[in-house]
Amino acid sequence: MTTTTNAAAAGQHSYHPSLITMLKDSAAAGIVAALLALPLLGFHLLDSAQGLHLDYRFPLVLWAGVIVFAGRFALSLAGAAIGHRLRAGKKAVSPVAPLDIPTAIAKPKPWRKITGWVLVAVALVLPFLPFADRNLVDKATLLLIYVMLGWGLNIVVGLAGLLDLGYVAFYAVGAYSYAILSQHYGVSFWVCLPLAGLFSACFGMALGFPVLRLRGDYLAIVTLGFGEIIRVVLLNWQDFTGGPNGIADIKRPSFFGLPFSAVSLDGGKTFSQFFGLDFSPDHRVTFLYYLILVLALATNLFTLRIRKLPIGRAWEALREDETACRSLGINPTKTKLSAFAIGAMFAGFAGSFFATRQGFISPESFTFIESAIILAIVVLGGMGSQIGIVLAAVLLVGLPEWFRDLQLYRMIAFGGAMVLIMLWRPRGLLSSREPTILLSDIKEAAE
Amino acid sequence: MDYFLQQLINGLTLGAIYGLIAIGYTMVYGIIGMINFAHGEIYMIGAFVSMIGFLILGVLGITYIPLALAIVLIVAMVFTSAYGWAIERIAYRPLRGSFKLAPLISAIGVSIVLQNYVQIAQGAKVKPLPPIIRGGFDIAIAEGQHTNLSYLQIIIVLLTVVLMAVFTWIITRTPLGRAQRATEQDMTMASLLGVNVDRIISATFVIGASLAAVAGLMVTLYYGVIDFYIGFIAGMKAFTAAVLGGIGSLPGAMLGGLLIGLIEAFWSGYFSIEYKDVAAFSILVLVLIFRPTGLLGRPEIEKV
Repeated sequence: MTTTTNAAAAGQHSYHPSLITMLKDSAAAGIVAALLALPLLGFHLLDSAQGLHLDYRFPLVLWAGVIVFAGRFALSLAGAAIGHRLRAGKKAVSPVAPLDIPTAIAKPKPWRKITGWVLVAVALVLPFLPFADRNLVDKATLLLIYVMLGWGLNIVVGLAGLLDLGYVAFYAVGAYSYAILSQHYGVSFWVCLPLAGLFSACFGMALGFPVLRLRGDYLAIVTLGFGEIIRVVLLNWQDFTGGPNGIADIKRPSFFGLPFSAVSLDGGKTFSQFFGLDFSPDHRVTFLYYLILVLALATNLFTLRIRKLPIGRAWEALREDETACRSLGINPTKTKLSAFAIGAMFAGFAGSFFATRQGFISPESFTFIESAIILAIVVLGGMGSQIGIVLAAVLLVGLPEWFRDLQLYRMIAFGGAMVLIMLWRPRGLLSSREPTILLSDIKEAAE
Repeated sequence: MDYFLQQLINGLTLGAIYGLIAIGYTMVYGIIGMINFAHGEIYMIGAFVSMIGFLILGVLGITYIPLALAIVLIVAMVFTSAYGWAIERIAYRPLRGSFKLAPLISAIGVSIVLQNYVQIAQGAKVKPLPPIIRGGFDIAIAEGQHTNLSYLQIIIVLLTVVLMAVFTWIITRTPLGRAQRATEQDMTMASLLGVNVDRIISATFVIGASLAAVAGLMVTLYYGVIDFYIGFIAGMKAFTAAVLGGIGSLPGAMLGGLLIGLIEAFWSGYFSIEYKDVAAFSILVLVLIFRPTGLLGRPEIEKV
């Protein structure tokens, strides 16, 4: 696979590996795979009462070698078969996708707009479709949480170009602020939702203020550290956050004051009584689904609108060239800070929704892997493409969710998918990172 | 006083381990400008290979400790650097020169794959290894005060110093090191002048991985317990160390590693062990605010 990409990348006119070279190549790959598998697959550390001892599984090593050999050979054959067709079709398959420079103001491609509306329509009627059971709606809710987080992080990473590896910290702040407020002060979900967003935004500012002068990768590592700090504090501040046990029995949301239960505790009417329906636990699931759908769509709408406002334009400009922005009078610190705070705010909303949906939260839910998943969704989706994020979320969160039984292999597949998608499309599934507005003439003249 | 000295010794040992991992980060960052997120997993694999190596030697009946140590050291370095090489070849090389975030995402993917691969292959439970090198010196400082300096700690620090010397020699004196420095400065120019850039980058990953393997071996001996998850925290701290020392700077990585080790040891010795990770990261944030290029890093000139 790599040979074909390399050859194509170098723009060589004709590169046809002979069968012998392919076989040699595949044999080498197989041998390397067997070598790599030897220590970790070939031997198994077993812990028993007599201490640690070894178990031998050499056939596995052989299998690893054979599978990689076969896979590599098949790929080279396929590559050779497709290779010249591709080369005839495309001029050059360079790893950097050719940037087609839009003329004047970039208009969103029409099919994307249509797809967007179709997706929204499907999402709206989903709970009433014949095949939609409770399980499906529940999974769709989870998916939408990730879509919303992806859209929120997209403001920071996709629009403002700030690499944030600790986004889950703001999600945690949102979740914990709802959980604590509702448990200690009995504040309702609808009051907490904006408060959670506000708190998260404040955290975003507090983190952002000292570190936003840093360049890309330094910023990434500091945000990563910040995410870890929040998690460690949540884990150890026992009396406030409940430590590793987390917070249980978080109040579930009500339909504007009407609870979703069979009988109301405080003597008022429940949701089903008020509307004269038979009580069903599905009501709450459906309600939660619509709630997150509205929240996610609000995030999307916000992003779409703010890209047309001066502040949104400033974010994109800053992403493209910070020095130029500075000389044009855009205050980079303020601009970055606003992106950080707004991104954090949406994570806070999503967090308090998460808390109310689960009814239980613990630091377990806010590990680095969550940040990585959200970032992967944004980058795989194509940095700035709203539909791309939905697509990536379905691929990365939705699909593995269906294979939950294969718990262990699920994460391997997830990581592997991340690598493969990046190798296949380094700029993401739908790359639309072109600025909303671009002076194309000047750019062309400069090139 | 004795307590202080004890923490100092512990901190130096820990710092040596972090420093060895940090070199892998800083070298890769210096040469291709990416955060090799999977480097922590490489270290974890090094620890597993070492533990398996010790058990195999036990089965074979080689129990003379210096010999066993040398064999395991070499075996761990070879296998772990094979992993480092393969990862670069499969997941990073095709992405070279591509969009900036792509290798980072690919690296995060590799890290997830390796973690779960080891979890499946070796089980999720913590693996304990009985101590292989026992004993040490009991240093009396004053009346009734004494500090324990174990042989293992001496071996760890000495081995680190030797490796650092060899490594510095490779970078500053050998053709490979020269080519590496040239590639770091200007990849295109180096390739025009006949440096095989691909091979140099592979070599960088191999060197980084073999140093991480040594760190893995040390941790296996020092703590005696490993699991598939140790790579994440250690990797993150080592990266912090690399940034603290100034990313791209090799002495900086070692210095940063020592500092992180000392901060951690003193913090858990005098304040609270639960918040030691917070301490390390807070220091990092402070350093970056006041000296954004790290302690020994060169200021980066922004080019338009």
